[in-house]
Amino acid sequence: MDWQALALTLKLAAVTTAILLAIAIPLAAWLVLSRSRWLAVLEALAALPLVLPPTVLGFFLLVLLGPRTAFGRGLTALLGHPLAFSFSGLVVGSVLYSLPFAVQPLVAGFSSVEPGLVDAARLLGASPFRLVTTLLLPLAQRSLIAAAVLSFLHTMGEFGVVLMLGGDIPGATRTLSIVLYNQVENFDYAAANRTAALLLGMSVLALAAIYLAGRTRGGRRA
Amino acid sequence: MLEFAFDARRGSFHLHVECRFASEWTVIFGPSGAGKSTLLRLLAGLDATASASRLSARVALDGSLLTDSTTRLWLRPGHRKTSMVAQQASLFPHLTIAANVAYGLPWLDEKERKSWVKELLQFAGAVDLANRRPQDLSGGEAQRVALARALAPQPRLLLLDEPFSALDGSASDALLARLKDWAHEHHIQTVMATHDATDALATSAEVALLHEGRLAALGPAAAVLASERLRLLDRLR
Repeated sequence: MDWQALALTLKLAAVTTAILLAIAIPLAAWLVLSRSRWLAVLEALAALPLVLPPTVLGFFLLVLLGPRTAFGRGLTALLGHPLAFSFSGLVVGSVLYSLPFAVQPLVAGFSSVEPGLVDAARLLGASPFRLVTTLLLPLAQRSLIAAAVLSFLHTMGEFGVVLMLGGDIPGATRTLSIVLYNQVENFDYAAANRTAALLLGMSVLALAAIYLAGRTRGGRRA
Repeated sequence: MLEFAFDARRGSFHLHVECRFASEWTVIFGPSGAGKSTLLRLLAGLDATASASRLSARVALDGSLLTDSTTRLWLRPGHRKTSMVAQQASLFPHLTIAANVAYGLPWLDEKERKSWVKELLQFAGAVDLANRRPQDLSGGEAQRVALARALAPQPRLLLLDEPFSALDGSASDALLARLKDWAHEHHIQTVMATHDATDALATSAEVALLHEGRLAALGPAAAVLASERLRLLDRLR
């Protein structure tokens, strides 16, 4: 077992999930509560990674963050190193790629909160922040858990974006899915079996935890 | 004093009213679909921006503008000194009754908040429910709590949309009478929408008769609801 790759994969998934929740909670709340005419455009953009091939997203990011664009050159100058082929670059790619897996459950959960409750809170002077923290999140706990677990698992299993944007640098960008690919390429099926079983087991356990949490908390369905 | 003018369209429904409520207690009377709830929601600042492009609106309370579509002024709900109790109590299901009533009072220190919440629950006849959850309450109890919650931030304008429909007649009358005294004592102007003529007549209030989105009459209950009164008396004979 490549423990270094496992640790890196877990770290990538944890960092990505934390960033995703920080972005997805306000974004989902805005999508549910706002009546802006730009809503449909933003919803489409947030859902785009669902239909975009990961390699396409990875390629665009590779170009955008690389020396071919002014943005990439500016970013490199600012950070002192290129974002592509680094752990930070992987985080950026993972956040974009897994965005719908965090946003969609939260949108579903927030939408299921009775509009009369939202009106009541607004009439009582709740700011958008208070509305989210004291009403939407407590009433959509199960969706929050689903968003976190799906983001984590999706990041753990991603391959295309990681390979395009990060390559295969041990300790920096080599995740478990890259390790699995390498093992299969080297006909090391015994090791590949162990890696695949680990990824599969973690996914099953995490999904079971979501459903168990839903049953024991009696939370709302996402 | 509440002054307002609305010209709003929603689908085939057209609300077109311009009015001034000078009385401390005004009843908006009209059949279902007359536009009572739409009018109250617009007064509360709910839905205003949703249909802003199709809405001409002006609301002033005691001379202060709350809404003015010509200058794109839309004071948000919660910033209008306005509370509302709807037919559905909409209590926050994850909070206790006391926490529900205290929701609009985050600026008060805990001691003051507890004392004020207790006073409000006592007024609403729900003080024994303080530690219970909304799902354990009957419809009538929930409406009592919703009233206490709406009064908590000490509004200047209280909007009631058939608020005691789940209470029986005598309990509803008693609570209405207590509320009238409370509103008078705390200088709260109240606007209550109802399709029940007995409610409208019981309060002896100023009555605005709403019909298909238009104001058909405004005046003392006995005059505006004369025909409804005769109809009710006929029914008793």
